[in-house]
Amino acid sequence: MYPPAFEYQAPDTLEGALAALAELGDEGRVLAGGQSLIPMMKFHLAAPAHLVDINRISELSYIRRSNGSLCIGALARHNDVVRSDDAKASDVVSSAAPWISDPLVRNRGTVCGSVAHCDPEGDWNSVMLAARAEVMVQGSSGSRRVGIDDFIVSYFTNSLETGEMVTGVCVPIPSGATGGSYMKLERKIGDYATVGVATQLELADDGSIAQAGIGLTAVNYQNTRASAAEDMLAGEMPSDELFAEAAAAAASASDPQTDVRGDADWKRNVVAVFTRRGLAQALASAGS
Amino acid sequence: MQTQTHHKPCTSPEIGGVGHSLRRVEDARFLQGAGNYVDDVNLPGMLHMAILRSPVAHAKLVSIDSSAAMELDGVLAVVTGELMAQHNLAWMPTLSGDTQAVLATDKVRYQGQEVACVIATDRYIAEDALRLIDVDYEELEPITNPQRSLEADAPLIRTDKEDVTDNVSFTWEAGDKDATDAAFAKAAKVVSIETHYPRSHPSPLETCGIVADVHPATGKATIYMTSQAPHAHRTLFALVAGLPEQNIRIISPDIGGGFGNKVPIYPGYVVATAASLLIGLPVKWVESRTENLISTGFGRDYYMTGSLALDDNGRILGLRTDLLADQGAFYSDAQPTKFRAGLFHIVTGSYDFDAAHVTAKGAFTNKAPGGVAYRCSFRVTEASYLIERLIQNAANEIGMDPAEFRRMNFIQPEQFPYTSPTGFVYDSGDYETAMQMAMDMVGYDELRAEQAAAREEGRLMGIGMASFTEVVGAGPAHTYDIAGLKMFDSAELRVHPTGKAILKLGVKTQGQGHETTFAQIVAEELGIPATDIAVMHGDTDNTPYGLGTYASRSTPVGGGATAMVARKLRDKARKIAAHLLEASPEDLDWEPGKFSVKGSPDSSVSIQDIAFAAYTNHPEDEEAGLEGVHYYNPPNMTYPFGTYIVVVDLDPDTGVWTVRRMVAVDDCGVRINPMIVDGQIHGGLTEGFAKANMQWITFDEDGNCIGSNFMDYLVPTAWETPRFELGETVTPSPHHPIGAKGVGESATVGSPAAFVNAVIDALAHLGVTNIDMPVLPDRVWKAIHNA
Ligand SMILES: Cc1cc2nc3c(=O)[nH]c(=O)nc-3n(C[C@H](O)[C@H](O)[C@H](O)COP(=O)(O)OP(=O)(O)OC[C@H]3O[C@@H](n4cnc5c(N)ncnc54)[C@H](O)[C@@H]3O)c2cc1C
Repeated sequence: MYPPAFEYQAPDTLEGALAALAELGDEGRVLAGGQSLIPMMKFHLAAPAHLVDINRISELSYIRRSNGSLCIGALARHNDVVRSDDAKASDVVSSAAPWISDPLVRNRGTVCGSVAHCDPEGDWNSVMLAARAEVMVQGSSGSRRVGIDDFIVSYFTNSLETGEMVTGVCVPIPSGATGGSYMKLERKIGDYATVGVATQLELADDGSIAQAGIGLTAVNYQNTRASAAEDMLAGEMPSDELFAEAAAAAASASDPQTDVRGDADWKRNVVAVFTRRGLAQALASAGS
Repeated sequence: MQTQTHHKPCTSPEIGGVGHSLRRVEDARFLQGAGNYVDDVNLPGMLHMAILRSPVAHAKLVSIDSSAAMELDGVLAVVTGELMAQHNLAWMPTLSGDTQAVLATDKVRYQGQEVACVIATDRYIAEDALRLIDVDYEELEPITNPQRSLEADAPLIRTDKEDVTDNVSFTWEAGDKDATDAAFAKAAKVVSIETHYPRSHPSPLETCGIVADVHPATGKATIYMTSQAPHAHRTLFALVAGLPEQNIRIISPDIGGGFGNKVPIYPGYVVATAASLLIGLPVKWVESRTENLISTGFGRDYYMTGSLALDDNGRILGLRTDLLADQGAFYSDAQPTKFRAGLFHIVTGSYDFDAAHVTAKGAFTNKAPGGVAYRCSFRVTEASYLIERLIQNAANEIGMDPAEFRRMNFIQPEQFPYTSPTGFVYDSGDYETAMQMAMDMVGYDELRAEQAAAREEGRLMGIGMASFTEVVGAGPAHTYDIAGLKMFDSAELRVHPTGKAILKLGVKTQGQGHETTFAQIVAEELGIPATDIAVMHGDTDNTPYGLGTYASRSTPVGGGATAMVARKLRDKARKIAAHLLEASPEDLDWEPGKFSVKGSPDSSVSIQDIAFAAYTNHPEDEEAGLEGVHYYNPPNMTYPFGTYIVVVDLDPDTGVWTVRRMVAVDDCGVRINPMIVDGQIHGGLTEGFAKANMQWITFDEDGNCIGSNFMDYLVPTAWETPRFELGETVTPSPHHPIGAKGVGESATVGSPAAFVNAVIDALAHLGVTNIDMPVLPDRVWKAIHNA
């Protein structure tokens, strides 16, 4: 519970942070809410030589809607999303936020930190997959936007280059009737997901499904898009039978492990149950 | 014994004796962050200790190279088993008559075992130095369950003992085998269950720790320690370390929860004390969360089989049980010497039948030692769980409502004192009244009707019940001891000239509220307002000898001592009053707070006047002062009981179950402070819910502990804890001075079975008869699918 020694700085501006990261190279590590990084340091699972604390960069603490997107800055905390009216524009985002851990963690931890962390048990990247988010990345030499599928590389691995950081994440808000949901099975409040399923349905004018998004939490080595299920839904009229078929396809996309949280077969079953229920809820909220 | 639904206080609210819900006096400092815990103790020149623990479960210790660690700036010493052995301190006795390694010398026997200690100028340096110690282990097969441990080809864990050839830690039996065999021979039906009560951990929020300060000039060892039993610990320190007992002072300051976890003596205490002695400076060691969870006294881990023999009408004829305890690497339960499986033989519970037989065996495994506790009064939790699960299954098997089945088999009020088939003498009880109250509170009949309808619709709900009987208050000197020390307890009371008093106890609070409730006992007996009485405890230099607080013994034993010493003072006060009123002592009437002359109530003196006179105008033939001490040897144990009812709704698709209602009717005899009693029950019910729903410590096949932090070892918070509805009946203990029984553990003991019975009840019609705790959703889902 005692981390190894490290250096620390807390720049006031984004430029300052980027300059520090550029100079430190592989030695540098962004510290946002610290809700994943600090525990890892205490358990000696991470031993960064130098922390660049971004908590003083207040320009990054926004949540706002612009150009048909909901954008969440790198310093917006989970609880800022819970409390944000703008975030209600996305059902899947706003329904996931209260499921992140407990109030203590939600007050400190950031959405972007969670996105960057790429923990397959983290909830946000499933949400971002379902909503087809883009990650805003900046380095001292410029900025780029990376689709969430390309951002997530693997287990605890993102596609940031040395010296880059995440400045925000943007979720497109479709113009048509859209609904979403996040369903999570956890052992207790504050626990990571045993299974989590994010769903989003965008409807065409005739009531058929224009696009579906389904992201799975904690049932693979990374947050997983259930693409076969999404393809099955696109262009079809929603029905219980269709949702049941999509649910089975989503379960097939999962590859859970048997561990203290439960048996793999059961987890796969929960993926199906939650996909079915989640799609029904998404449909209901798209209609309302 | 008359059962009442509540107990009216005899004293005014100003006096605040028994029955008043006084606010806890200790809370003022806790709520303001002004408590004083071991980690708050900082002494000049104090050094810090960190412990290197074994990463593997079973290995030969080949070599330890600490040279690099010694070179780190700020490191004063690296203590190894070899060094401890030079002082004859590499091993220490356990409270169960075994020996336990202080620092490993020959082998490591569980993951997390203490291998070396670094003493440094600060904790960070000490922790960094740990990583510079190079230990060479030669790995051996880890034994991670007691079944494997008992196989003929299993490696021997206790190679340290010369005469040991197997991994058996103990065998034990109770009851009457022949009578039980006879009962089963004539049974119309036999109902059996096989279940594992999983390993859990008391996990007090304050971990264990010590500041050892052995003064180089005087040799006095002042030891601040997280101890539930400071006096017993001082004696053990004297015996183990050979220090003269008058030179050891153990101070157990504010304690942030114990639950049995702070009963044993841990290796860290011994090394820190030895280091302070050798270096001549104070040494602090406070466990991290992980250290606490992986190495200190756990609870449970019993594999149990049980069978009930029933006659044609469903009356119980006999009970047979067999236990296999996973003891960990050392046998370090804390329990009375006679009873190797604790008080498990209370397993006959609230039911009246003639024959029972209990057999038990303990097995060493490559896991942390303990089995000490978790709020269970010596294995009563396991016993209560087994009988209450059996009762549920028996009722289901014969198609009788579980409440009716209990009613038919309960021990009846007129049968008390009741001698159980395993030899306990239950003091008092009225089980049916408590059960009926719980049924009325929950609306039992309506729920059964709802359940029948729900089953028609394919909806799953269950109603679970447990009617437990506890045995607490160890205990009578003829039967109960810990490591040879008889289990009496003590109280010393001094009333000062202004009528304010100090009460000193041999027991020690860890959050139970002693500073409030014990003052209320004195208030009851002497009529001095409870707020005028300061309670001191936990410092061996200025409190009378006692065995400490665990196993719900404080009120039954220490509370008895407190009432008795107050009565001694009241007797003396009567003589002083007689002197002041110029009457004879027999001619005085007592009411709380004053003596008056019989027939002339205006002629009276208050207890405060008497206290003043004790120092200013005492009778010539009496000693001055108003003080005394009492060592109380309880004539019997006390037997709290109650009925808990849980209603659950269950999602068949996921296996998730949620608690809709939880009704708990407790009878702990006379309640000293009803609010504090409710708090104890709430805490225990929460722990019972945790074990039924989510909590366990498990190990992988290599012996790695899964559950070494609060992400993996789940402790419920207010969020997921169900709402509790409490009820009470009051059946006083006939032998306790104020009629009180213990209550600290009733809810932990009684509630797990109620939760599990509710889940089983929801699934019984599908043919499900058992799901082991924790009743995790995947287990439920599989039970449904395999049914
Ligand atoms: C008890 C507990 C329970 C939890 N339960 C859940 C849960 O149920 N669901 C869930 O999703 N999460 C859970 N979390 C994790 C939590 O959501 C974290 O807040 C989140 O994973 C990381 O965000 P952070 O701001 O705290 O990042 P930090 O811990 O500060 O950083 C995490 C990682 O991301 C990197 N990083 C952070 N910000 C940036 C950035 N802007 N650019 C580049 N890299 C960055 C850091 O360098 C580090 O490697 C839990 C955490 C705790 C302590």
